Amino acid sequence: MPSTPLHKIRNFAIIAHIDHGKSTLADRLIQSCGGLSEREMTEQVLDNMDIERERGITIKAQTVRLTYKGADGETYQYNLMDTPGHVDFAYEVSRSLASCEGSLLIVDSTQGVEAQTLANVYQAIDNHHEIIPVINKIDLPAADVEKVRTQIEDVIGIDASDAVCVSGKSGLNVDQLLEAIYKRLPPPKGDATAPTKALLVDSWYDSYLGVVILVRVMDGYLRKGMKVRFMGTGATREIDRVGIFTPKHIVIDELGPGEMGFITAAIKEISETKVGDTITEERHADKVTPLAGFKPSIPMVFCSLFPIDSSEFEKLRDSLGRLALNDASLHYEQESSQALGMGFRCGFLGLLHMEIIQERLEREFDLDLIPTAPSVVYKLDLTDGSKREIYNPVDMPEVTRIKAIYEPWIKATILTPDEYLGGLLKLCEERRGKQINLSYVGNRAMIEYNLPLNEVVFDFYDRLKSISRGYASFDYHVDTFIEGDLVKLDVQVNQEPVDALSMIVHRSQAERRGRHLCERLKDLIPRQLFKIAVQATLGAKIIAREDISAMRKDVTAKCYGGDITRKRKLLDKQKEGKKKMRQFGNVDIPQSAFIAALKMGDEK
Amino acid sequence: MAFGIYIHWPFCKSKCPYCDFNSHVSDRIDHNQWKSSYLKEIDYWASLTQGRVVDTVFFGGGTPSLMKAETVADILAHIQKRWRVANNWEVTLEANPTSFETSKFHDFYAAGVQRVSIGVQSLYEADLKFLGREHSPEQARFAVTQAQKIFSRVSFDLIYARPQQTLQSWKEELSEAIQISKSHINGHMSLYQLTIERGTPFFTRHARADFEMPEQDLAADLFDMTGDMMGAAGMPAYEISNHAVPGQESRHNLGYWRYDDYVGIGPGAHGRLTQGSNKFATRGHRAPDVWLNKVQEFGHGMHPFDMVSPLARYQEALMMGLRLSEGVPVERLIQAYGASIDDILSKDKIASLVKEGILEESQTHLKTTQSGFRCLNAILRYIM
Ligand SMILES: Nc1nc2c(ncn2[C@@H]2O[C@H](COP(=O)(O)OP(=O)(O)O)[C@@H](O)[C@H]2O)c(=O)[nH]1
Ligand SMILES: C[S@@+](CC[C@H](N)C(=O)[O-])C[C@H]1O[C@@H](n2cnc3c(N)ncnc32)[C@H](O)[C@@H]1O
Ligand code: SF4
Ligand SMILES: [Mg+2]
Repeated sequence: MPSTPLHKIRNFAIIAHIDHGKSTLADRLIQSCGGLSEREMTEQVLDNMDIERERGITIKAQTVRLTYKGADGETYQYNLMDTPGHVDFAYEVSRSLASCEGSLLIVDSTQGVEAQTLANVYQAIDNHHEIIPVINKIDLPAADVEKVRTQIEDVIGIDASDAVCVSGKSGLNVDQLLEAIYKRLPPPKGDATAPTKALLVDSWYDSYLGVVILVRVMDGYLRKGMKVRFMGTGATREIDRVGIFTPKHIVIDELGPGEMGFITAAIKEISETKVGDTITEERHADKVTPLAGFKPSIPMVFCSLFPIDSSEFEKLRDSLGRLALNDASLHYEQESSQALGMGFRCGFLGLLHMEIIQERLEREFDLDLIPTAPSVVYKLDLTDGSKREIYNPVDMPEVTRIKAIYEPWIKATILTPDEYLGGLLKLCEERRGKQINLSYVGNRAMIEYNLPLNEVVFDFYDRLKSISRGYASFDYHVDTFIEGDLVKLDVQVNQEPVDALSMIVHRSQAERRGRHLCERLKDLIPRQLFKIAVQATLGAKIIAREDISAMRKDVTAKCYGGDITRKRKLLDKQKEGKKKMRQFGNVDIPQSAFIAALKMGDEK
Repeated sequence: MAFGIYIHWPFCKSKCPYCDFNSHVSDRIDHNQWKSSYLKEIDYWASLTQGRVVDTVFFGGGTPSLMKAETVADILAHIQKRWRVANNWEVTLEANPTSFETSKFHDFYAAGVQRVSIGVQSLYEADLKFLGREHSPEQARFAVTQAQKIFSRVSFDLIYARPQQTLQSWKEELSEAIQISKSHINGHMSLYQLTIERGTPFFTRHARADFEMPEQDLAADLFDMTGDMMGAAGMPAYEISNHAVPGQESRHNLGYWRYDDYVGIGPGAHGRLTQGSNKFATRGHRAPDVWLNKVQEFGHGMHPFDMVSPLARYQEALMMGLRLSEGVPVERLIQAYGASIDDILSKDKIASLVKEGILEESQTHLKTTQSGFRCLNAILRYIM
């Protein structure tokens, strides 16, 4: 299969707010172009992780080559990228977008423009994409095409008069969309005669193919047997396969300028491949200027993960390692906690990313985990003039050594039906938000707020959904770091700190949070042989205290000859249970109390 | 080391809903077969423990007062034939206070029983009913009074910390019980807090919230009040649930708590036996039929013996010994473990318990304090 001339190629991404029908529409496009037979077609073929299917979200970007016979009699090569819709994966979106020239912007005709629609479309514009608005789900009775058309024009400011109106479900007008792609989107540029230059879009581990590298060729060719250099890492490898996804993987001879596909090159670990790297032919390497690349993904949300059963620590390490194989944005570092034992401090792109990793660890690797409360990264100026970043409240230096603490603030966009506006404004204000803008998109309010990320990682999204009965949509990106009056809140049980419950909070919230935690723990910690105090402290200052009075009674009334063995075995069994206990001074407290304390959100 | 013999009679007239003992209701009991089986097992055990002197015999159950007095007499005679018995040996029999059983007291006495332990459980009609007992308060009072006339030593059991029991009502009930016990100089009472055991009807009913048990603080107050009242009455606790005029302690049961040796005869009976430097845990087959058949076939109805590891010996000696107000001699623990216990008994933990007034430590003994008794399980979890 020789490579296709540039003018017959179209590379495009599909962008949409979650659930607006991106994956369904992608299915239809694949089907219409004969990429898969009726029999091979499962739903949402591109979401191949279980969790993607179940949650109906796309996590990994996917690319598919379609062969489309246009009404003009020409045969086109369409390279379709399905991108993750969620903010957490914005970084993956930006990567995918950089390798395309156009986007299909899907908007659900029953829902209209949502927060993520905006976020994605702005990224497409940043990448100089030609955009085809696609109004989807027009088969539904509630579809209001005209309203959505106006919204796209008013809110996004792009011409929607020739938006393609489709139903991804029934396939209605999908043919029109396929025509519009070659007519309205530009072909890629590239030079077939120049030395090879290709963009490393993504990479993952495939148990059958090994490390698979997704590429977009800019100039020249990639062929089997070619010695290539990865300019960023400096590594040199010989290509042992060149291929495409249809979505089945098919080995072909070469990838030419403008084309997308994959290569494999006897690479063992994805850590050897750097997303955004430039791939060139070894012998011409000095003649090639590398591509701009991408900003690396920076984890913004952190939490610690501990195995409930401490003997599963190694398994957790292996499992994180396995996930990290395919997820360069997952960071983890060994940690040991007094309250919860050995575990890992993990960094995530955002809350959804965190949730997904936890869920995959529990489901795919059968681990029982205790996650600590999520927190964010803080930047510190120390009095000795040095700077430091803190990912874990435990690492916070003494107050006297800190000159200033900076916390990440986000810019949040919320779209909501008018009736929930009041409640949402209140929520944002409670969370130290600063309003930037309030406007209307049709009959819905659009609010933009600056919010400290540390207030958002803490059940903000759940609250937003419950206040708006699920109708509000939310999107954010990290904006900047701002100095804040932040303090480390510690919890002590029996005069010993419970490291896993430490948190960094704004001073104005410290007392409320501290009191809450103490009350919770008082209810959760069973009475012990000794009276114990539960205290919340800021440095040396106690801001809340609860006492758990000593246990009054726990004794076996009768114990005679026949009971001895039974009684001893019972004690032995309880000693087994001691593995799940943590020692605080002279008392052993069941780990489950801390787990329960961590599980409960802040609000009642 | 004292040496006791426990004989288990596994039958009752009806099954109490709180009871998880190896007790069964049966209308076809072949008393002769049972008698000969006990005698056979006595032969078996005697052959294994030659040279030991029997200090105590205890007929427990089940309801051993349903045994034929003649069976009891033959067993005791057989024991004296097979072992040497101490001059002052103690022979106890558990009795239920129905009039039928009370009428047999004379015969039991004649058979060689010196001490009875009567299952009174409560002096209140409604509570006896709740506990599913077959007797009335009057029958209970009568049984104790009769026993006091016949036997030199009489004990009776009460179950307290019952649902809805208040401090006041227990105070009145216990006062009356004390009066009854005191009309005899050799008073002894076992006062057990009601325990909800798995596998009993009470467990299910409690789980379904048919009734509620006193919560921890009330149960503790009931326990403390019981200790105070019994102390004041001249029958201090010598064990968590056992109270006696000094000198009237159950020697047989003291053997358990002091981790002495005892042989268990009958279905489901347990024993502990020292042989050389080893200690064995023994137990009979629980099901009465199975036990009978085994005895028929093998001359005994025992499961294979289990050797008790040194650590388990230490644990058993500790958990039993700390139940006694006399405490546990450290020497006994070392003896049980067969080595120094410095590595297994944390000095720091003992110190913090002593500091809190939960344990007492003397040169020779480790003792649970009165307030420590209430939390002994937690103490054991903590130090073991
Ligand atoms: N009625 C109707 N439902 C659709 C259409 N397209 C998608 N859906 C449904 O909308 C939901 C979300 O679709 P999906 O393709 O997973 O959206 P994604 O999150 O953007 O990938 C699914 O339940 C689909 O079955 C459509 O054109 N019409
Ligand atoms: C093994 S019983 C046998 C005595 C006799 N069958 C009787 O019931 O009177 C010994 C004593 O244990 C006590 N007991 C039995 N089950 C109990 C429970 N679940 N909770 C508290 N005490 C219990 C009763 O006081 C009983 O008298
Ligand atoms: S409590 Fe006594 S009488 Fe009642 S079933 Fe148990 S052993 Fe038998
Ligand atoms: Mg999807």
